Amino acid sequence: MALALSVRFRKTFGEFSLDVAWEAENGIVVLFGPSGAGKSLTFQVLAGLVTPEEGRVQLGDTLLFDREAGVNLPPRERAVGYLFQHHALFPHMSAEENIRFAHPVPRSAEAGAEAEALLRRFHLQGLARQHPRALSGGQRQRVALARALMRKPRWLLLDEPLSAVDLALRRSIRAELKQLQRSLAIPMVLVTHDLGEAFAMADYLVIYEGGRVTQAGSPEEILRNPENSVIAEWAGNARVHGGRVFSF
Amino acid sequence: METLLTAARLSLLVSLSATVLIGVAGLALAYLLASRNFRGKHLLDALISVPLVLPPTVVGYYLVLLLGREGWLGGPIYRLTGWSAVFTWQGAALAAFVVALPLMVRVSRAAIQAVDRDLVQLSATLGKSEWETAWYVVLPLARQGILAGLVLSFARALGEFGATLMIAGNIPGKTSTLPLSIYTAFQNGDDALAQGMALLLTAISAAVIYFANRWTASRWL
Repeated sequence: MALALSVRFRKTFGEFSLDVAWEAENGIVVLFGPSGAGKSLTFQVLAGLVTPEEGRVQLGDTLLFDREAGVNLPPRERAVGYLFQHHALFPHMSAEENIRFAHPVPRSAEAGAEAEALLRRFHLQGLARQHPRALSGGQRQRVALARALMRKPRWLLLDEPLSAVDLALRRSIRAELKQLQRSLAIPMVLVTHDLGEAFAMADYLVIYEGGRVTQAGSPEEILRNPENSVIAEWAGNARVHGGRVFSF
Repeated sequence: METLLTAARLSLLVSLSATVLIGVAGLALAYLLASRNFRGKHLLDALISVPLVLPPTVVGYYLVLLLGREGWLGGPIYRLTGWSAVFTWQGAALAAFVVALPLMVRVSRAAIQAVDRDLVQLSATLGKSEWETAWYVVLPLARQGILAGLVLSFARALGEFGATLMIAGNIPGKTSTLPLSIYTAFQNGDDALAQGMALLLTAISAAVIYFANRWTASRWL
């Protein structure tokens, strides 16, 4: 059985070079690092929106990109559920139209039924006809997630999914995202620069710094043997304040 | 009065025909220039825009070279069909098309480029083709700019004088649009007629721009 996700590529933008390699089993992979470390750019490469100079990206048995083999699937063939950082809802479409749009035939009855089920699943029933400007940050995020699922993705890329959500909601959404991954059983890759969130969510953690991967492994491994000073400090803290619970 | 109505009807026919052509060709060119990089892009851009700064008589002169009975394009057409654009309302419409096209291309191109790139990329990740993205995402979001471009082009076509005179002449009832008829009336000392047509032209142009502005007023921002 192939690894769920195997990623290796190099991409240069002027002074900045992003040169990373990591692989993960099915589950939640968290890319953690400061802003500008290359996490969002990694997503663009994974989704096929940016073409790297070299490397290889494989999802399960499907080769998405391989420089040497000359393989480069266009974004629309990568079966990805991509949640953009600012959700990128279409402002001229209602919540329901946004979700329907991800169906191959948005106006079909089938698309309507699926959109309705998704609206219910994400507690958006009363908001189907609302346009994005009338929705709160949390509601927009749920619409964007529903739209990503409408596409029946084989994997999910969530770029800072909790950044537009207020603190009170974050914990419940974390739990929902975890549950979602378990029920869909597809790889879910998540970007965050919030360390607490990273450890709370990750089955597998990839640490980014300045365009490189400095460490990758399970949260336990990384906590036990941190190579990153920020994490070491945080891990130390966590020990001092022992009793904080991570979902190991 | 008869002259005024005839000229007004002709002006509308010429301007609307030019605007329909501009709606198709101008939008395609604007989309191409906004979304693609290709060799000769800047040259194409300059060619489209140069009628903005050339005297319309010069544009008309080139149109005669191109479309006249001896023209590069007009010659073969004339020999094949016996028809020529010179001294016809279709010639006037072509003159209006060339002169008004850059307004459409520039305004709608800016609107197309202003559409959030994230939305275009996201549409691709949702499995949509470039055509689907253009039709369902980009054009609806650029709608106001595209309509503004069309309205400006129509108003410009309505006011076209120099290039029209060069290629279509000033034939009453056939190619004498409002601007040309105003000139004739003024030359002939028929000040009342000139004034009436000037007021009519001003009223149509102002009304078109006023209603277009109201109609395109932001709906979802």
